[in-house]
Amino acid sequence: MSVFIIRRLLQSLLVVVVMSWIVFFGVNVVGDPVDTLINPESDQAEIEATIKRFGLDKPIHIQYLYFVENAFKGDLGKSFIFGEPALKLIAQRMPATMELAVASLLMSVIIGIPLGVYAGLRPDSKISKTIMAGSILGFSLPSFWVGLMFIMVFAVMLGWLPATGRGDTVDLLGVPVSFLTWDGLSHMFLPALNLALFKFSFVIRLTRAGTKEAIHQDYIKFARAKGLSNNRVVLVHLMKNILIPIVTVIGLEFGNTIAFSVVTETVFAWPGMGKLLIDSIQLLDRPVVVAYLMMIVLIFIVINLLVDILYSILDPRVRVRDIKA
Amino acid sequence: MKILKPAAAVLLAVSLGLSGAASAKDLTIGLRAEPTAMDPHFHNLGPNNSMSMHMYSSLILPDEKQRLHPGLATSWKAINPLTWEFKLRKGVKFHDGSPFTADDVIFTFKRAPDVEGSPSSFAIYTKGKTLKKIDDYTLHISTEQPYPLMPNDVSTIYIISSEKGTGAKTADYNSGKAAVGTGPFKFKEYVPGDRIVLERNEDYWGPKPEWTKVTFKPIKSDPSRVAALLAGDLDVIEVVPTVDIERLKKEPKLALSQGVSNRVIYLHIDHQRDASPFVKAKDGSAIKNPLKDKRVREAISKAISRDLIVEKVMEGVAIKAGQLLPEGFFGRSAILKPVEYDPKGAKKLLTEAGFPNGFKITIHGPNDRYINDSKIAEAVGQMLTRLGIETEVVTMPRSVYFKRASRGGPDGTPEFSFILVGWGSGTGEPSSALKALLHTYDKAKGFGTANRGRYSNPVVDKMIEDALAEVDDTKRAALLAKATETALEDFGIIPLHYQVNTWGARKGLKYKARTDERTLAHEIFSQ
Repeated sequence: MSVFIIRRLLQSLLVVVVMSWIVFFGVNVVGDPVDTLINPESDQAEIEATIKRFGLDKPIHIQYLYFVENAFKGDLGKSFIFGEPALKLIAQRMPATMELAVASLLMSVIIGIPLGVYAGLRPDSKISKTIMAGSILGFSLPSFWVGLMFIMVFAVMLGWLPATGRGDTVDLLGVPVSFLTWDGLSHMFLPALNLALFKFSFVIRLTRAGTKEAIHQDYIKFARAKGLSNNRVVLVHLMKNILIPIVTVIGLEFGNTIAFSVVTETVFAWPGMGKLLIDSIQLLDRPVVVAYLMMIVLIFIVINLLVDILYSILDPRVRVRDIKA
Repeated sequence: MKILKPAAAVLLAVSLGLSGAASAKDLTIGLRAEPTAMDPHFHNLGPNNSMSMHMYSSLILPDEKQRLHPGLATSWKAINPLTWEFKLRKGVKFHDGSPFTADDVIFTFKRAPDVEGSPSSFAIYTKGKTLKKIDDYTLHISTEQPYPLMPNDVSTIYIISSEKGTGAKTADYNSGKAAVGTGPFKFKEYVPGDRIVLERNEDYWGPKPEWTKVTFKPIKSDPSRVAALLAGDLDVIEVVPTVDIERLKKEPKLALSQGVSNRVIYLHIDHQRDASPFVKAKDGSAIKNPLKDKRVREAISKAISRDLIVEKVMEGVAIKAGQLLPEGFFGRSAILKPVEYDPKGAKKLLTEAGFPNGFKITIHGPNDRYINDSKIAEAVGQMLTRLGIETEVVTMPRSVYFKRASRGGPDGTPEFSFILVGWGSGTGEPSSALKALLHTYDKAKGFGTANRGRYSNPVVDKMIEDALAEVDDTKRAALLAKATETALEDFGIIPLHYQVNTWGARKGLKYKARTDERTLAHEIFSQ
């Protein structure tokens, strides 16, 4: 296992380095942010001074060397737009995105798995067919459209929930969170649901497929022959065996949700990292884009590791294989 | 359920009662663009300056038509061509209770151009100016050349407290520690990306704003911002998208306010190069740049139906333009009118110029900068193609576009041949546009910064420079008008229309649309 982890970490390091090249040089090719940030009435001297202030007058490879040098000191650069350290900006917005991602993950798992199991156990019932038809919608409707529909229906027409933004926050261990206040929860519900929709359909489909396959396996037949209750058969014997693909997918999806919940955050004006990323890309705020993507690479590495570890807990065969390796 | 009902009713009543009482004094505003800092001198750009005007007054305040009114200065005049005297308002207090004096102004002018990491500094307004304190409430500002735009420049500098501001960095303003001004509102809370909360300054020297608490919410997505207004989450929004205006007008809960802006949308043309990179003969071979011929430029202007652009592309929410600023501004020409659509005349001019069958051209434009920018470029493209000038339309995000349009060519020259672009005159008079768009490009003197067509006419240059040195308002207005007429009769640029901005509010609120496109809470009133 440890050899495996070390190998995995070395590979990840390479990914980080390559990623930093791609982003750093990629953003530079597109242009620089000076023309969009500067007051149009500024004269040439002021434009040049700004370019210099950002260090954009130096050749790109020199800029990259500066970046690497600072990165080793833990400084990924200052945002061109906000004048604050890029990492600080990301950290400021991380709690909002995290809680949205966790909320949507919980929604999709808590609702998705039971529905999927039900549809797998009774594939021909009307309810199962409705569930499956619904999951197709969850897959195929574009999330910005669904988000806007949510706002139109629940906020504008019915007036039940607020349309946009994040609600009241309270500090939990120094981190502002909104899921502990009623106002915060009401603001979170629609964006979380919007974000969950896709995953939710995914989970239903995977669970159903897993259930349909496992239900005919010998161990299920044996468990039933042994006279175990239906609940025990489904909840223990079946569940444990179908969870592996679900955990993999949910893990990766969770990373995706944290990193790229751009659409939902934009539609609901949710002050999270996704919105920061898209704004930074639009204005070519290179330090923030680079720092952000570096961080996302790290998050994915960690999630993949956790998924691997979860595997070995869920599936003894993985442990055995690792020991042999 | 029976037990729940009365409870719910009580709860509802309480919450309605509370929100009723609170909403009388609270105001929530949806912004399209978020300020990048609470530091009034960090970023010299619209969204930031708009926010600064709430917390920090300047010596001179522009009203909704950018006419200048006394702010922290009660009067100002040029005592000689090089020196302006400002009389400061007495008895004004900063948010922390300390008195406002000439020292604060001097401190502010020293700090404003020199903020660490500023993406666009205020140096353009402070440079060349020397401040001298005469007494606590009298100030002399002198320049080396006569400088009539002194009041305009001074109006852009937001005064901070010298006491709180000493050694303060942008982060201290963002945290609120140093965010102390004399403006109608005080800093309360700043959560980047989420909200900015301000409180009424009970000791404000001017008319007291109606709202005790104002919350600004940045909502960039247009449909979301409109939906949040419809849902009642917001009281006021800026930049209502043109496609929604007709629908929202019919909404009984809402009221819209509209007004022309200081922004003209225009076409800039390559006046300089003999072989312009995006102009080709019909068969694709290279030709001598036809745009240098005035008749061709005039033909292009005549081939464009501004009425059609205003009616169809802008959904009626724009005013066709014949010069640099719309009616009501200082220094405008009395004779320039929007060029009329005249396809026959255009064809004739084109034939006279030696291009009876036209040529090929590419128009470049941004697609996320001005209202309906890419659609305007497409419309222009179609109209010119009908004339015989086969036009290809290329639009791109502004982060790519402006760099290429300004200095994407060899040696930092403009890359394109024919572009769609806009200009908002921050000074509220035409010298801003004349200096940047129509004066010969001159890096040393800072002229022609946005002259992306490299238009150059020594007569126009002279008139602009004379105007910029003329302190007498009447004479200056005449010079500016004459310079505009000379440059536009030569088709230095081709103006299309003035942008009209729309604000949306819940019924009962009133906002006078500002030409500078800013959204100011203290100018929102309930009827």
